Amino acid sequence: MRSYPADYDLIAPGNLNSVLQLLHDEAGEWTPIAGGTEIMMLFGAGKLAARKLVSISLPDLGQIVEDGDSISIGGGCNFTQIRHHSGIQKHFPLLAQCAAWTGGIANQNRGTIGGNLANASPAADSPPALFAYAAELELISVRGTRRIPYEQFHLGYKKTALAPDELIRAIVLPKRFEKALGYGRKVGPRNAQAISKICVAATGSLRQGRVEEIRIGMGSVAPTPLRLLRTEQVLRGAVPNAATIAEARRVMASESAPIDDIRSTASYRTLVAGNLLEEMLRVFAGASR
Amino acid sequence: MLRAPVREASRGQLGHFQAGIRPLDTQRRGEQLQSERIVGKPVFRKEGLAKVLGAARYVDDISLPGMIFGATVRSAVPRGRVRSIEYGPGIPWDEFTIVTAKDIPGHNYVALISNDWPCLADGFVNHPQEPILLLAHPDRHLLPLAVGAVKIEYEELPSVHSIEESESGTTVVWGEDNILKSYLLEKGDVDAAFREPGILIIEGEYTTGAQEHLYIENNGAIAAYSELEGVTFWGSLQCPFYAHKALMAVTGLPEDKVRVIQVETGGAFGGKEDYPSMIGAHAALLAMKSGHPVKIIYDRMEDMAATTKRHPSRARHRTAVTKDGRLLAADIDFCLDGGAYSTLSSTVLSRATIHSGGAYYWPNIRVRSKAYATNTPPHGAFRGFGAPQALFATERHMDRVAKAAGLTPEEFRRRNLLRTGETTSTGQEIRQQIDLPGWMERALDHAGYYEKKAQFDRQNPDSLHKKGIGFAVFLHGSGFTGSGERYLNSLVGVDATADGRIRVLVSSTEFGQGTNTILCQIAAEALGVDYDVVEMAPADTSIVPNSGPTVASRTAMVVGRLVHSAATGLKQTLIASGLLSETYKTNELQNAARAYIATHGALCSMSRYEAPPDVYWDDQKYSGEAYAAFAWAAYVAEVTVDLTTYSVTVDDFVALQEVGRVLNPVLATGQIEGGVAQAIGYALYEKVAWDRGLMKNNQMTNYIIPTSQDQPKIRVFFEEVPFEFGAYGAKGIGELPMDGPAPAILNAIAHATGEEFNAIPLLPEDIAERLAMRAAVAAEMAAV
Amino acid sequence: MTRLLDVLRHDLALTGTKEGCGEGECGSCSVMLNGVLINSCLVPVAQADGADIVTIEGVCGQEKLNRVQQAFLECGGAQCGICTPGMILATLHLFDRHPHPTQEQIQEGLNGNLCRCTGYMRIFAAAEKAASSDSGAIG
Repeated sequence: MRSYPADYDLIAPGNLNSVLQLLHDEAGEWTPIAGGTEIMMLFGAGKLAARKLVSISLPDLGQIVEDGDSISIGGGCNFTQIRHHSGIQKHFPLLAQCAAWTGGIANQNRGTIGGNLANASPAADSPPALFAYAAELELISVRGTRRIPYEQFHLGYKKTALAPDELIRAIVLPKRFEKALGYGRKVGPRNAQAISKICVAATGSLRQGRVEEIRIGMGSVAPTPLRLLRTEQVLRGAVPNAATIAEARRVMASESAPIDDIRSTASYRTLVAGNLLEEMLRVFAGASR
Repeated sequence: MLRAPVREASRGQLGHFQAGIRPLDTQRRGEQLQSERIVGKPVFRKEGLAKVLGAARYVDDISLPGMIFGATVRSAVPRGRVRSIEYGPGIPWDEFTIVTAKDIPGHNYVALISNDWPCLADGFVNHPQEPILLLAHPDRHLLPLAVGAVKIEYEELPSVHSIEESESGTTVVWGEDNILKSYLLEKGDVDAAFREPGILIIEGEYTTGAQEHLYIENNGAIAAYSELEGVTFWGSLQCPFYAHKALMAVTGLPEDKVRVIQVETGGAFGGKEDYPSMIGAHAALLAMKSGHPVKIIYDRMEDMAATTKRHPSRARHRTAVTKDGRLLAADIDFCLDGGAYSTLSSTVLSRATIHSGGAYYWPNIRVRSKAYATNTPPHGAFRGFGAPQALFATERHMDRVAKAAGLTPEEFRRRNLLRTGETTSTGQEIRQQIDLPGWMERALDHAGYYEKKAQFDRQNPDSLHKKGIGFAVFLHGSGFTGSGERYLNSLVGVDATADGRIRVLVSSTEFGQGTNTILCQIAAEALGVDYDVVEMAPADTSIVPNSGPTVASRTAMVVGRLVHSAATGLKQTLIASGLLSETYKTNELQNAARAYIATHGALCSMSRYEAPPDVYWDDQKYSGEAYAAFAWAAYVAEVTVDLTTYSVTVDDFVALQEVGRVLNPVLATGQIEGGVAQAIGYALYEKVAWDRGLMKNNQMTNYIIPTSQDQPKIRVFFEEVPFEFGAYGAKGIGELPMDGPAPAILNAIAHATGEEFNAIPLLPEDIAERLAMRAAVAAEMAAV
Repeated sequence: MTRLLDVLRHDLALTGTKEGCGEGECGSCSVMLNGVLINSCLVPVAQADGADIVTIEGVCGQEKLNRVQQAFLECGGAQCGICTPGMILATLHLFDRHPHPTQEQIQEGLNGNLCRCTGYMRIFAAAEKAASSDSGAIG
């Protein structure tokens, strides 16, 4: 434990309005802490730059609300809630799966989806599913709420569209993927409690042997979680044959930027990403027969 | 030839995993064995109750009055001179105790084999993380900040970071030539054998990486000093008397003014054989200077970066085999990376040298081995101690030799595995009745080897999941090498207390492997009393005799044997005194003991090690009886290689081992399962990422060991050929399971993919690179 | 800001909960917080304000061991014992959600608790045995 406890302040106003007011009035002073799985790890390692923390463990942020059109997941919902929610399991199974892949059981009980997105690691497990399901984020501050497509959230490595006094109020998923085919896979150094070397989630449909709709999200191949827009373009309307796959691999390699890091290599990531695309197409083709 | 039947110790009857471990109820040779009440039974772990209650107290659970906390300031460079040390602002330095090399009252080394390991660097550092100075303060949380505030300037010097760099001699960082130790082992005439006509010659190079012990309890120490009592060191450790010797040297205090107490230890695996002497010395120095008891606990990052690891290795095999598949000669070049100081490299190298021949009969063999110095934290003991490295190379190589000779791996081994009466690579005659081909066959049978091999060969061409099955047959010498046990000269006691408890007095420690339990079982059996009335005396150098270190798979065999004879001696004393009749119940013996103590003051029976007859070892020629006994094993691994991700999954694992005698089936099975799991990690998961001697991935997030969801079912089978000089026939067991899984797994991967991988850890990235290269070459050739 | 783990071990002298890594990977610090398994090295004590915490010290019954503790003894689930408190709590948490867990559920339920000694086999066996035995509530 390398941090000096007295150097750090943690306050818990206990309600959303007070927290938002504080973030606004003392902009830049206070860092929100939700489940703490990321922040407390930095604290233990003596690497937490933020000295003043405000707890956003709040009931307002911890609800999953389902209606006819969508499911709204509060930013403070933890991964255990998400993976066990029957509505999410039914309408957004890839997200339930990604939640089950995030850390181990104890960390799923604490880690929140909002905290995970705000931390903005390119290796996070849920973002690919959010791309696949056309998620929107509801951001909240004293100025009110605004909605943005998830594609507009990540601006660069660990840089998001959140204003300094803004929190992620909810992740909103539209219920229009019930008939879609789904594919998700996480590749890590082991089967559990692993930071991904590469992870992917995709929804799509095939018609008469051609790819009709397709949305692909991928993690750990760029400074941010990535939606493979140009790869999708190659696939849309195409027959998933060897030539399509080769072209898709090529385009994917050019629109992503995997690196060598402590977990894996750029060449491995590129090769496996292409293999996962191929596997996805096989799964889709098989499922739509 | 009598053969001990197979005993399946682990079979799920009621549930998939549920052990149904039952007392081994098979035919035995002799009635004596059949009448055993405690040995061979799955009695509960002696200290198990405290452990499941969470009441077992490890070093960091203990506090002493007035205790303060210590921390270590370490080198940031791999090699160089210390130019200046500054104590930066923002820290109340006047409240700190600071210890440097100048404060060491005795010798500035941590005594082990040679004395080249500085306790604190004195102006010169030879590896990243080398300890330079020590700090102590009452506020535990202030210490990391204080460590960070010490500014040290270095004049960096060229450093060496691989066997190849060290070997080249371009930069000399240790002695004259960077060679910490070397051996030459020779049998027969290797050069003549290689000139024989009509032979096949197969060469190969095999490498293994460093491995981190990752005991879940980090290194920790508490030390206290007073002029009256001297230094007391409470530690998480394997060898109280190693630490005792080291603390005497550092403090300059006499034998009776140094006391070492082992407290409950949360895993060790060799990582707490030598290192505790270092951390204990540090705590002692701070205690002496500050006048307070001092506790030092490493956090995970420090423990991983600064303490010992398994020696990386490189083995080059050159093998001559006759056309009919008989091994004729081996010329083996074996190297270890020893790190910056010699510590235990000479003994690790020794074991690796002797085990390089594997479980085969070699008419001619030469092993040239060297341990090289590099500017890395010194590598040290780790379960297996050189044998996993050597046997990885040998068992991988033998599969390739078999292939070259046109034989299946199993037929090749049938023709070459050692038999009773044949000699090992050191010329040691195998006197026990062994049946390696039979055990191998049994293991293959349990694994469904032949059916699966055929099935996988049929299915693989059309699948993206390539399956393979492979195996290894190997051995592990029990106890210290050569004259080592004579040198240790172990002494053991069994006594009774005034209130009738029976105690086992040994310096052998418990760190999960079952020492407490089996030694109490042996004593209870020999004394004819209930298991519950026997306990372990505290592992405290002021109370127990030196029964040698808890290493080398020697505890059951050597120390257990001495416990047996000491217990027998105690019983005989009571009977001879007239206080106890020939047959008796537990409480009658206890009453007799109390009565004896009332008259005589004490009742204690000691037993001193005696070497078995006909065990001669020549240190100069490096030949003779290397070990009193060998344990043998055949392991079979079934794997799937996923061609989408290039990951390897071990689907099933069969571990069959001959261990002389299973003293406790639950504990023995647990040892095998745990060792196999650790060795699977060694083969497929655990990679140390070095940056000029600094471990970059020194966090559990980035140093990968298998989780509960990665573990295959490990099926354990025992064979018993009782060793007459081991306790109830027992030989060593703890290290054997580390030796076989890695080559068995890589042999299986070779079967699955057709690619020969010869380096571990073997990661998906390595497999991807090779297979992609193979595909690229194939594509090029097709295009031509 | 103080970690819940430090409050348990130092302020309350409940040393059954261990620190193995300080980064939420090994699970040896796991305890129940409001009936849910968490890694106490990652929880600021302020966020545990008013919470019900169960540590290993609270698992044992009045008269006899909890069935999980008993099963660990019978099946050899503890070797060095340092992971055991966390492992026992994780097993209890598993039973709360799956009273008769399958092999896969056992393996997943313990996936945040690392053991270096056992290779997990005896621990899985203990979980199976405990799930099939009669008694079982905490305390």
